[in-house]
Amino acid sequence: MKPILRPAVTLLLVMTAITGIAYPLIVTGIAQVLFPAQAAGSLIVRNGVTVGSRLIGQPFSAPGDFWSRPSATSPQPYNGLASGGSNLGPLNPALIAAVKRRIAALRAADPGNDAPIPVDLVTSSGSGLDPDISLAAAYYQAGRVARARGLEPSRVRALIAAHAKGRLLGVLGEPRVDVLELNLALDQIH
Amino acid sequence: MTVESWGLLGLFLGVALLCVKPLGLYIANVMAGAPIWPLRAGRRLEAGIYRLCGIDPAQEMGWKRYAVALLVFNALGALLLYGLQRLQYFLPLNPQHLPAPSPDSAFNTAVSFITNTNWQSYTPETTMSYLTQMAGLAVQNFLSAATGIVVAIALIRGLARHSVKVIGNFWTDLTRVTLYVLLPIAFVLALVLVSQGVIQNFSAYKTVTMLQPVTYQQQKVNAAGAPVTDAAGNPVMQTVTKRTQTLPMGPVASQEAIKELGTNGGGFFNANSAHPYENPNAFTNLLEMLAIIVIPAALTYTFGHMVGDTRQGWAVLAAMAILFVGLYALCTSSEQAGNPRIAALGVSQTASALQSGGNMEGKEVRFGIAGSTLFATLATTTSTGAANSMYDSYMPLGGLVPLFDMMLGEVVFGGVGAGLYSMLIFAIIGVFIAGLMVGRTPEYIGKKIEAFEMKMSSIAILVMPLIVLVGTAVAVSVKAGQAGVANPGAHGFSEILYAFTSASNNNGSAFAGLSADTPFYNTALGLAIWIGRFWPIAAVLAVAGSLAAKKRIPVTEGTLPTHGPTFVILLIGTVVLVGALTFVPALALGPIVEHLMLWSH
Repeated sequence: MKPILRPAVTLLLVMTAITGIAYPLIVTGIAQVLFPAQAAGSLIVRNGVTVGSRLIGQPFSAPGDFWSRPSATSPQPYNGLASGGSNLGPLNPALIAAVKRRIAALRAADPGNDAPIPVDLVTSSGSGLDPDISLAAAYYQAGRVARARGLEPSRVRALIAAHAKGRLLGVLGEPRVDVLELNLALDQIH
Repeated sequence: MTVESWGLLGLFLGVALLCVKPLGLYIANVMAGAPIWPLRAGRRLEAGIYRLCGIDPAQEMGWKRYAVALLVFNALGALLLYGLQRLQYFLPLNPQHLPAPSPDSAFNTAVSFITNTNWQSYTPETTMSYLTQMAGLAVQNFLSAATGIVVAIALIRGLARHSVKVIGNFWTDLTRVTLYVLLPIAFVLALVLVSQGVIQNFSAYKTVTMLQPVTYQQQKVNAAGAPVTDAAGNPVMQTVTKRTQTLPMGPVASQEAIKELGTNGGGFFNANSAHPYENPNAFTNLLEMLAIIVIPAALTYTFGHMVGDTRQGWAVLAAMAILFVGLYALCTSSEQAGNPRIAALGVSQTASALQSGGNMEGKEVRFGIAGSTLFATLATTTSTGAANSMYDSYMPLGGLVPLFDMMLGEVVFGGVGAGLYSMLIFAIIGVFIAGLMVGRTPEYIGKKIEAFEMKMSSIAILVMPLIVLVGTAVAVSVKAGQAGVANPGAHGFSEILYAFTSASNNNGSAFAGLSADTPFYNTALGLAIWIGRFWPIAAVLAVAGSLAAKKRIPVTEGTLPTHGPTFVILLIGTVVLVGALTFVPALALGPIVEHLMLWSH
């Protein structure tokens, strides 16, 4: 019978060196060469200022901007250091109250728009950092954004269509648009 | 269910099934030490490791020695991981200067990661240093996965061999599966993930200037940093306006790859695979799901190949796939139907060309309903704690599916290795039941199933329900347990039931509203995780040793064939009946009563 402790200790250290040090360092090295922008967080730089990431959402509340989805992160929405969802159950009165509050805010900012509100605009995402809204949610807001910016509604709708992402192979992903990219494009029009 | 949600299932299962035979064969060759190319290329490295560690690769072990080696290796892994966490403040690669987590939290995390559970009671982006993540947590993502696989291989050897006392060498099995199976696939997957936007760096967190400032309420803190309350004890709030957003960084892709491939599931970030830096689009979502399923599915072929009859493996795979499709359909249709209380407020939840619709609370737009429910069904049937949506906010029946997935014992594909060895135990119980019905001595793959195997199999199957039900009963009865509940009513009970089910089955997902970072839950769940992992493993290795020592008996007319549709149905029936009989009363108190309340208006 050979002892067990020596192989156990040594193998654990060897495996830590291989899978815990060498592996991540080599992946980082190759990633920095092949995909430097993605590896660094897909950051968007405008006029020398980093204004955000293409993949991480930001909160918007001005009538002239497209609004992102509600975010349940604490203490502020879209807090990058506290990703997560509301974890409210479907019967929780707090969930229904929050949805009512969001509906009221959307209606108040856009009087006269009686269309049903797309569900993603009144529910918080799983990460609290969702960069996208559904196309339905974008078109729902098009009238308000056009009015606030003094643009033709057709021009705003064309902008949504230009930034729309569809389903890859017909099944992968959902019809959506990145809110930060859309608002940056809106700012370019002026 | 929409056409697209069936299409997604078809694409996913189709690609996964194509990988079963080549990968299954490859794993069988690796575990046999066959002279195939990767093993020839790595021979020097492998021999060097064995020399350094004092391992004789030619010496095989009996089941007891194999089990002791496994337990000692894993216990040392837990100690190392505990130490790394507690000392991380003094170690390098900690640009955010994060302090050590509390002892109970570090204990829970250490046990959770060495057992392939990856239950997380902490918020990673504000708790763990880069060094702890990559040299501690990610290492155990590899080693706990390898541990699961080698136990399955040992059990298969027990079935395949006859009249011998040994079931393999734990050290060489573990080394080979890590070097030749897990590491190369994880490496390629990590790079593909980076190309799609998953981050991989060692920078400090980045601060960006947002397009629009955000104004919010926050509790005031005094000069010492303590929260301020007024005379009545209510928090004093202040309005804060902030223009910056802090983006977390880190070596995410390398960890994400093995997190999915090893059916581990511990997120680099709190939101896990819902976080855009872990899972940026629908393509990475598909890749991550494929990474989760390939090894558990391929191992069924490895099993068939090693016992010399691939039909045996396909039968087990068929039973898994049928159960999986049913569970996915139930979860998806409940989530797609949406929340009637939100529909009543004039909100559109209908699927269309412009939106996925359905219950979107806790889900990401890029995944929609099907991309979320497929991930959820897969992650909870494979003991992967990963989540790309928040199950706590699922509809009652939608949330019942992840819970019930785990209650089946993680055998529908199951964790890497753990799924197959648990399913083979169910197969043994299945032939035993069939044997009772026709009055013959049960046999499986040419081995007589006798009292010792049945005792060990019963232990392997029954430990889990025991910990789940006793643990839940204790937690709902004591103040420390009730204190963590976030949602009122039946849903709060579901949160506690989910936590103990997840821990005991080494899954690691959560109804995350439960505040589990308390000494009570960290300790209770840590114990549930430990027992739920190693008690069944010891029993399975005992079965392996006992079977290996038996003679092979010839197939006769009276032998129950274990490769046809009859056996598939028998196996499904055994799994569902054991799971349902044990847990339906508990489910009735949680999700089922909640479902009735929701739709009774």
